[in-house]
Amino acid sequence: MSEKPENDNKPDADKSISCKPAFWLAVWSLASRELVRFFRQRSRFIGALLQPILFWVFFGAGLKGSFQPPEWAPEGMSYQEYFLPGIAVLIIMFTAIFSTISIIQDRTEGFLQGVLVAPVPRLAIVIGKVTGGAALAVIQVVIFFAIGPSLYYIGLAPSLEFELSFLACIYLFFFSVLLSIALTALGYIIAWPMDSIQGFHAIMSVFLMPMWLLSGAMFPGGDSGWLTAIIRWNPLSYGVSGLRRLMYLEYNIPVSNGLPSMKASVLITLGFCVCCLAVSVYLT
Amino acid sequence: MPQSFAVNVENLSHRYGSHEALKDVCFSVETGKIFGLLGPNGGGKTTLFRLLCTLLPIQSGKLSILGLDVFQKPDEVRKLVGITFQSPSLDDRLTIRENLKYQSYLYGIRGKQMHQRIDDLLEKLGLSDRKNDYVKSLSGGLKRRVEIAKGMLHNPEVLLLDEPNTGLDPGARKDVWTYIKQLRDVQNMTVIVTTHLMDEAENCDQLGILDHGVLVANGTPDELRESIGGDCITIHSDDPDALLVKIESAFQLTPQKIGSLLRIEKESGHELVRDIVEQFSDDIRSIVLGKPTLEDVFISKTGHQFWEEIS
Repeated sequence: MSEKPENDNKPDADKSISCKPAFWLAVWSLASRELVRFFRQRSRFIGALLQPILFWVFFGAGLKGSFQPPEWAPEGMSYQEYFLPGIAVLIIMFTAIFSTISIIQDRTEGFLQGVLVAPVPRLAIVIGKVTGGAALAVIQVVIFFAIGPSLYYIGLAPSLEFELSFLACIYLFFFSVLLSIALTALGYIIAWPMDSIQGFHAIMSVFLMPMWLLSGAMFPGGDSGWLTAIIRWNPLSYGVSGLRRLMYLEYNIPVSNGLPSMKASVLITLGFCVCCLAVSVYLT
Repeated sequence: MPQSFAVNVENLSHRYGSHEALKDVCFSVETGKIFGLLGPNGGGKTTLFRLLCTLLPIQSGKLSILGLDVFQKPDEVRKLVGITFQSPSLDDRLTIRENLKYQSYLYGIRGKQMHQRIDDLLEKLGLSDRKNDYVKSLSGGLKRRVEIAKGMLHNPEVLLLDEPNTGLDPGARKDVWTYIKQLRDVQNMTVIVTTHLMDEAENCDQLGILDHGVLVANGTPDELRESIGGDCITIHSDDPDALLVKIESAFQLTPQKIGSLLRIEKESGHELVRDIVEQFSDDIRSIVLGKPTLEDVFISKTGHQFWEEIS
């Protein structure tokens, strides 16, 4: 015991290594890991993008005849066109779900432990994870908006009536970012306390999918009183309506029963996003 | 608190609901020593480990690392402590280098310094030629080495290893120990390692034995062995109760009964063995005389066998 030197300075060759935890570096670490992982699993990439496109084409073709455009719709709107923003939201939701499912995996596999014992503020963990997931969702939605309408040329989609100005594209992009962050944070909230992926799937089928179905994404509320009421109270409806309105920015569609105003869409989506993030940070 | 203690644990208790996982545990670890926490699964090792690495809140007692209270300054402690978990914490889909890179970012290390550090560590751990391989393609032993590299990236002063050798073959196990000892000798690193393997415990400078949440013994492996007087005699019998009574009356000593075994600690045990075999050879299936092992220490301190089921 006596051979211990008194000094507390370590005789160490690597003294130069200094550990200065930095908030944004930690965020970058978690977010870019998310991206790298995603692009290495090609099946995930294809699954989250191709499935919604198939939905879009199949439902679009199948329900074409029985669709009655809501009263606010521009002349000649096909079902597939009505369905387009809904599918964009579905893509965001799928991507958000898949990237937050990895939280459960990280927990069971042990990666998360390593993150939790690092000298990193909990806020950085949430932001890192959510940024990564949201970035993926935005990338996929952009790809969808590029591919979707062009399916017309191979006969898988009708010609779409809307035209996007450059400005509308920018707005659409930012609104997608907002919505992606909101949904990824929502996924985070669901995934964080879970200890199994099966549990997440259960929540997905009883909560997330109905939430999407009843958001005006797939069909308008129409005459059904309870349906309209649910759609009105569903925060995701405002995400769908926001995208919808931005697609027809030049048309100045009046506020109606099935379509809330642009202002309401943006504010409620923003509020939803902030709430989800706040809960995520609180949980972590 | 003298600075030569890297880790100080005072009256630490922890409970999950009504189950008491740790009861009033006290010990200190000197700087630059390897401290082994030995105990069967469910003995409280993992709870203690999770408390040390700031993953669990401290319920009662005190825990300080390098003079910093773990409860009050978790972030300071986290900077000084390197941790290797029992469950793998590597990302299978990333390469060794990428795993280490993201880990560096979490600790605020980047740029040239980071590359230098990663290369150094990979070199030391003999992983340089595999650095661009995906982690999922590595063998268990190599993965474990990457785990250790991950814990070492920010050059911690204290390294915590939870069962570092689970699932490794003897060769790989030896490698890990060689490296741990090297860290102690070259960098004067303090290492705390949990294990449930007796032969591994022999590698430690100091050992704490945890059983049912109680630290039943604490000392160097030699000290612990010496705490048992003389030799250990273990008798396997078909009717241990009858034999116990017979030995009691014949030699005026009380053997410990553990399952179907009888244990006696005694100076110059060979004479006793001779006498017992002469008198009761029909009752004995086997009799073993040996110098005390760490397992004997465990049995003597707890009154039950190491692998006995907790009922």
